Amino acid sequence: MTVSLSDDQVLVAIRDLVFFHGERKIFDGVDLRFQKGKVTAIMGPSGTGKTTLLKLIGGQLRPHRGRILVDGCDVHRLRATELYELRKRMGMLFQSGALLTDLSVFENVAFPLREHTRLPEPVIRKLVLMKLHAVGLRGARDLMPSQLSGGMARRVALARAIALDPMMILYDEPFTGQDPISMGVLVKLIRDLNRELGLTSIVVSHDVKETLTIADYVYLISGGKVVGEGTPETIAHSDSPWIRQFVHGDADGPVPFHYPAPDYRADLMAAGLGGSR
Amino acid sequence: MQHSKLLETSVGLFVALGLVSLFFLAMQVSNLADVTGDARGYRVTARFQNVGSLKVRATVSMAGVRVGRVSAIRFDKESYEAVVDLTIDPQFDTIPSDTTASILTQGLLGEQYVGLSPGAESEYLKEGDKIDLTQSAMVLEQVISRFLFDKAENGDKRASETPEQTQVTPAAPVASPIPEAVVPGEGAIPDVQQESAPAGAIQ
Amino acid sequence: MMENPFQRLGRFTLEAMQKLGRANFFMAHVLLGSVDLLLRPRLLISQMFFVGVMSVLIVAVSGLFVGMVLGLQGYNVLSDFGAEQTLGVMVAASLVRELGPVVTALLFSGRAGSALTAEIGLMKTTEQLAGMEMMAVDPLRRVVAPRFFAGVASMPLLAALFSMVGVMGGYFVGVGLLGVDDGAFWSQMVAKIDFYDDIVNGVIKSAVFGVVVTWIAVYEGYDAVPTAEGVSRATTRSVVYSAFAVLGWDFVLTAMMFGDH
Ligand SMILES: Nc1ncnc2c1ncn2[C@@H]1O[C@H](COP(=O)(O)OP(=O)(O)OP(=O)(O)O)[C@@H](O)[C@H]1O
Ligand SMILES: [Mg+2]
Repeated sequence: MTVSLSDDQVLVAIRDLVFFHGERKIFDGVDLRFQKGKVTAIMGPSGTGKTTLLKLIGGQLRPHRGRILVDGCDVHRLRATELYELRKRMGMLFQSGALLTDLSVFENVAFPLREHTRLPEPVIRKLVLMKLHAVGLRGARDLMPSQLSGGMARRVALARAIALDPMMILYDEPFTGQDPISMGVLVKLIRDLNRELGLTSIVVSHDVKETLTIADYVYLISGGKVVGEGTPETIAHSDSPWIRQFVHGDADGPVPFHYPAPDYRADLMAAGLGGSR
Repeated sequence: MQHSKLLETSVGLFVALGLVSLFFLAMQVSNLADVTGDARGYRVTARFQNVGSLKVRATVSMAGVRVGRVSAIRFDKESYEAVVDLTIDPQFDTIPSDTTASILTQGLLGEQYVGLSPGAESEYLKEGDKIDLTQSAMVLEQVISRFLFDKAENGDKRASETPEQTQVTPAAPVASPIPEAVVPGEGAIPDVQQESAPAGAIQ
Repeated sequence: MMENPFQRLGRFTLEAMQKLGRANFFMAHVLLGSVDLLLRPRLLISQMFFVGVMSVLIVAVSGLFVGMVLGLQGYNVLSDFGAEQTLGVMVAASLVRELGPVVTALLFSGRAGSALTAEIGLMKTTEQLAGMEMMAVDPLRRVVAPRFFAGVASMPLLAALFSMVGVMGGYFVGVGLLGVDDGAFWSQMVAKIDFYDDIVNGVIKSAVFGVVVTWIAVYEGYDAVPTAEGVSRATTRSVVYSAFAVLGWDFVLTAMMFGDH
């Protein structure tokens, strides 16, 4: 797989990424490219390191080998101030929402605006209401995060991620916990942001159907390696057993459903040795 | 908006309360009110053979009333004496120039202070003057050895002289102004007896 | 595999040194962030509310009772020597030199320090700090610095309040209940309590304790293992380490301030 980093159609390029969480190898030489102005999806079984990948791109974790280039800058060679400048142009939707619990919904969305701009209050109000309207929560502006459901919290977090109109948004599981209607709205929102504002989007998701409808390109990751990539059509009609298993949700196949473990029968028989090995 | 106003007000009250407490401690509990008065007033110096445990900022009093403070204590390496600067409050500007300065003790074990006993001269002390008549601090060991020495001497005398007279010995020179040449401790005893009573009331 | 005691001691020492190093690094970063606070005093004010104003009641009530107890105990001892007149001196000196700064610091670490640790630890656990970082907002400047400076600014004020209320409590018991002379109570106090030696040194002590306690509190929160158990342990550590640090520093400062005469 050859990745040409000079390609100026590429906003994010990851080359030969190796990363460990403690002893456990999460990525083992991964190469990925994310095209400017496109929606790229990352799919893979739970626990393969998709969230970890987004944190690596955001510069919150440091790779043990390899480079990550965002808009031409090596994220992990930047000085702190440069990294913060870069992050102003990145929005990230956390899997948990990560709303500030001591601020109301309105103030949460206003937070990046207040921190990074000197806009007058009426302008901030207008911007915040527009973002909240886009995710359908304009009426919930005075609620506190503790009064929101999981799905609502994620939509507020999305409104906050797009508050500064970034060049790129990293979505960690945007569809989880959404009912079919708000799921449809979110799918449309992500696509609109992408088509109309030219945003680059990286979407991590398990929802195969939704993801395949919005993505321009898909990477499938498993076991620290890229096991499949291509446009949604090629993925959907792929012959690869890895891809077929994942797309159709089969329990049996080359993608392991289980976290690495000793033989099931042997583990059960090894009674008396306690829960941990 | 209302909320933040309340919050800011309560923080303002808190800071004010803390500052009032500090002010109270400074003015009502400590001697700051006295100390700040020191800047004004005039300075005179006095030389002592021994200042005992006199400290800077100790009281200078006259007839049991505070008239100033000790502002500095130095050692004169030529005469081997202690040089003490006294700052006298400006309103006490009629202290005779032949006044005696003595180092005394408040109560039996209290702090040491400088007591002034007025002389008779019609000229008054002014900025930069020297007090020539001084009386050093009482040093307990010297007092005791002196007392024992006198006792022994009296024992000898008792054989020849009348016993009534000997009992009064420690009070030997009663006159208050004593030249500084006097051995430290010798003249101190009568002064302690004379001034320790009002000393406790000096503020 | 038994590890030998020296290995354990060595590892313990190394870990302690590492933690100290990280804490210093952390503090340097927070101090750099203090410049922002000058531009945004509002952040500091709202933290002063949680850290300072919310501690006023417990500090004032404790100060009153400590002062009253000092009045009672002091009277019992001093009256044996016929020195009840100096009750004011005893109460005020114990308060401004020792009890005011030390007890206030201990109360503060329990009331405000533990809350700071838990709050910052939970913000870490719920990814709020990571979220801020991704919004290009430095949590050390935005979250930690205002809390730290609010604690440092509040402590001397709280300690002064404690001492003042304590003197009032001692006065109430000594003069009001036990019949010590009103004039002597105050005048002896003013004669013996020195502004520089006692009051200023007491304020310096409480400022040092403010730095130490708040530093420990915010650092333990920031360094907490991001789980419920991790945060609860960090909160306990924050209070325990604060108590050790306050008492240890109290000894050092007392030796430096009052030791030379
Ligand atoms: N702080 C950490 N310390 C050690 N291991 C970690 C840590 N965070 C994550 N891991 C491990 O890294 C692996 C990848 O975690 P990650 O959160 O990236 O998974 P994910 O692909 O996002 O999964 P999901 O789809 O369930 O969100 C997991 O197996 C997890 O056990
Ligand atoms: Mg994840």
